[in-house]
Amino acid sequence: MSEHIVTSFDEELNGLSQKIAEMGGLAEESVADSVAALVRRDIQLAQRVITTDVRIDALQQELEESAILMIAKRQPLAGDLREIMAAIHIANDLERVGDLAKNTAKRVIAIESNFGSQRLVAGVEHMAELSLTQLKEILDAFAGRDLAAAHSVWEHDTEIDAMYTSLFRELLTYMMEDPRNITFCTHLLFCAKNIERIGDHATNIAENLHLPHHGHDTSRQAPEAGHLKPDVSGVQRSLSTESRA
Amino acid sequence: MKSMALYARRRRWSSVVMGLSVAATAFGAAWLIAILGTLIWNGVGGLTPSVFTSMTPPPGSAGGLANALVGSLILTVMGVVIGTPIGLLAGTYMAEYGRQTWLTEVVRLVNDVLLSAPSIVIGLFVYQIIVAPMGHFSAWAGGVALAMLVIPVVVRTTENMLLLVPNSLREAAAALGAPRSTIIARVAYRAARAGIVTGVLLAVARVTGETAPLLFTALNNQFWSLNPNAPMASLPVTIFQFALSPYADWQRLAWTGALIVTFAVLTLNIVARLLSNIGTSK
Amino acid sequence: MNDAAPPGLAPDRAPSQLGGSATKITIKDLRFYYGDSLALKGISLPLADRKVTAFIGPSGCGKSTLLRVLNRMYDLYPRQRAEGEVVLDRENLLDPAQDLNLLRAKVGMVFQKPTPFPMTIFDNIAFGIQLYERISRGELADRVEAALTKAALWGEVKDKLGANGLSISGGQQQRLCIARTIAAKPEVVLLDEPCSALDPISTSKIEELIDELKAEYTIVIVTHNMQQAARVSDYTAFMYLGELVEFDVTDKIFTAPSDRRTQDYITGRFG
Repeated sequence: MSEHIVTSFDEELNGLSQKIAEMGGLAEESVADSVAALVRRDIQLAQRVITTDVRIDALQQELEESAILMIAKRQPLAGDLREIMAAIHIANDLERVGDLAKNTAKRVIAIESNFGSQRLVAGVEHMAELSLTQLKEILDAFAGRDLAAAHSVWEHDTEIDAMYTSLFRELLTYMMEDPRNITFCTHLLFCAKNIERIGDHATNIAENLHLPHHGHDTSRQAPEAGHLKPDVSGVQRSLSTESRA
Repeated sequence: MKSMALYARRRRWSSVVMGLSVAATAFGAAWLIAILGTLIWNGVGGLTPSVFTSMTPPPGSAGGLANALVGSLILTVMGVVIGTPIGLLAGTYMAEYGRQTWLTEVVRLVNDVLLSAPSIVIGLFVYQIIVAPMGHFSAWAGGVALAMLVIPVVVRTTENMLLLVPNSLREAAAALGAPRSTIIARVAYRAARAGIVTGVLLAVARVTGETAPLLFTALNNQFWSLNPNAPMASLPVTIFQFALSPYADWQRLAWTGALIVTFAVLTLNIVARLLSNIGTSK
Repeated sequence: MNDAAPPGLAPDRAPSQLGGSATKITIKDLRFYYGDSLALKGISLPLADRKVTAFIGPSGCGKSTLLRVLNRMYDLYPRQRAEGEVVLDRENLLDPAQDLNLLRAKVGMVFQKPTPFPMTIFDNIAFGIQLYERISRGELADRVEAALTKAALWGEVKDKLGANGLSISGGQQQRLCIARTIAAKPEVVLLDEPCSALDPISTSKIEELIDELKAEYTIVIVTHNMQQAARVSDYTAFMYLGELVEFDVTDKIFTAPSDRRTQDYITGRFG
């Protein structure tokens, strides 16, 4: 799309994208670190994740204030308006991702001495890899405005849900096997839930990417092909029903 | 429905009035065509090159209107050269400097009176102030008399045209730091140029046909004379003299002269009209 | 987003200080009369150097009147007078001894309706330059080109500099008027609702122009379009019935104004 006549408008829109990119990078880092902290039992790493979340929250605040100011000053329409709304939603999702990583990190600190054996963590680690990949891919898709990549992220969400269900059963099995595992596995269950939620947020972001282009989310219909002439039949139909009323 | 009867009656009344308007126009136009037709019919016969080269003859001899044409030209130029600057500056004062002052109101009133003053009165006035002290008739006096007819026209048009220039234009020039004189000379005059020129042309058209003031000032001259201190021939006075005479060839020359004068005035008016149209159709 | 956010105001929000920005013009207790009626009731306000200050308010609030005091445009008309102080570069420009033409060469103005002179585009721009400077033909041509380039108009008219100033579109005419004003190298540029008579695209082009011009000139703009004021200005003054109601950094006025009346006007609850 060509640039706006007023260059400061384009600068402000780019500012939004940059903030999202920054938030995304921090969120990815937090998720990866929180799981690493869980696997390696690294309390310091967990502390770092908690501190990073403060920065993510601040960025989300800044972005929201910028967006509100842009809406007031620029009176954006059509694509510009959807882009700004999408940015607000995506920032919210990334902020929640940060919170979920923080919660996982807090659990690592709470577990303390109750760590169980490595094989118990394997499932969570594997699921975390999937979620992290989803997050990475959706953030790349955002940077490149790649709708196809966004769509594929959206489709892969079912894998994560399936993984969660099987992990749930696995952890129950471990708990029934040996009651000394119960504390640890319960913590792991909550961490798994967090990671599953992170995957959901990545999916949300994928849906929001569709917003600037099509104005409706992908759960309803496939993106329509372009029309040659504007379709006025819908308006004509509603006018004729109105006149009959 | 009631409204239809009212509407029908309005339409009928409209047709009646439209018919009357067309008839009135035709009536006026018919007389105009009749005048022009008579002039052409009677004057074109004598329209030979010798009219422009030979001088006014004594009765019975062949001749032309050369001295009268040249004389008229000189007198008109004199009138315009004397009268236009005065009219222009007066109009400028009224429109630029003294818009709401009492002086402007008084001048405007007097100007409107002079605009339609009987030109013979002007002639008598100039006789009193120039011809009598000088002791003889002269082209100077004729020129001054014509100038006094030019001034009111130029004052009127100059003031009107300058008043039409929007104040926003003057403010824009003032906002750049232009002093009053520059605003008037380079902006207001520029903007009103077409209208002011039209005014001068109309003034010329007016004085071209004036006879009465010249009777008491420039008189007339049978012979070729370019001396401004002496009486000078002019076309209107010559026509007057020849038309009233019993001599057939003089009368023919009178018709030809009338034709020339009429078409000169017609052309000037058309040019003035075209100029003002170019100015407004931006 | 502005590259440098304007410095905020003094904590007590006294309009006398701009908290860090240099002041170009200081207005002190200005009163303005149309005949016997008081139109401006004691205005005090600083105008920041090389920033954009906007005057907003409902019709009849006095914002245009205030703007026209800054270049003493009211002097063209009898029965209009101003009292108080308006200090530019340590001189009170309301002083009767002030040379008006020199003042107006320093403080330029662009009006609501584009007013190109009835001359060629080149002569329009040259007009202001030639009033106070005697320069060669070549240098004049350079100055004209520079002014038209700064006004983002050069590309569109460079092949028709001999055309009449009235033969270009409304938006182009307004940019011509802006070019004409800045060609004379003023220090302050006053804009009286410059976009009211223009279409949205021309308006955007002029807003972009204002963004670029403020690096060199102090700009004061009167506008009834609040979004425009929010977009282009660094400081905003809200006026109502001849009084200055609130003066603050623009972002603050439009997101969290202090005065109830400001809030009501901005949200369209009156005016």
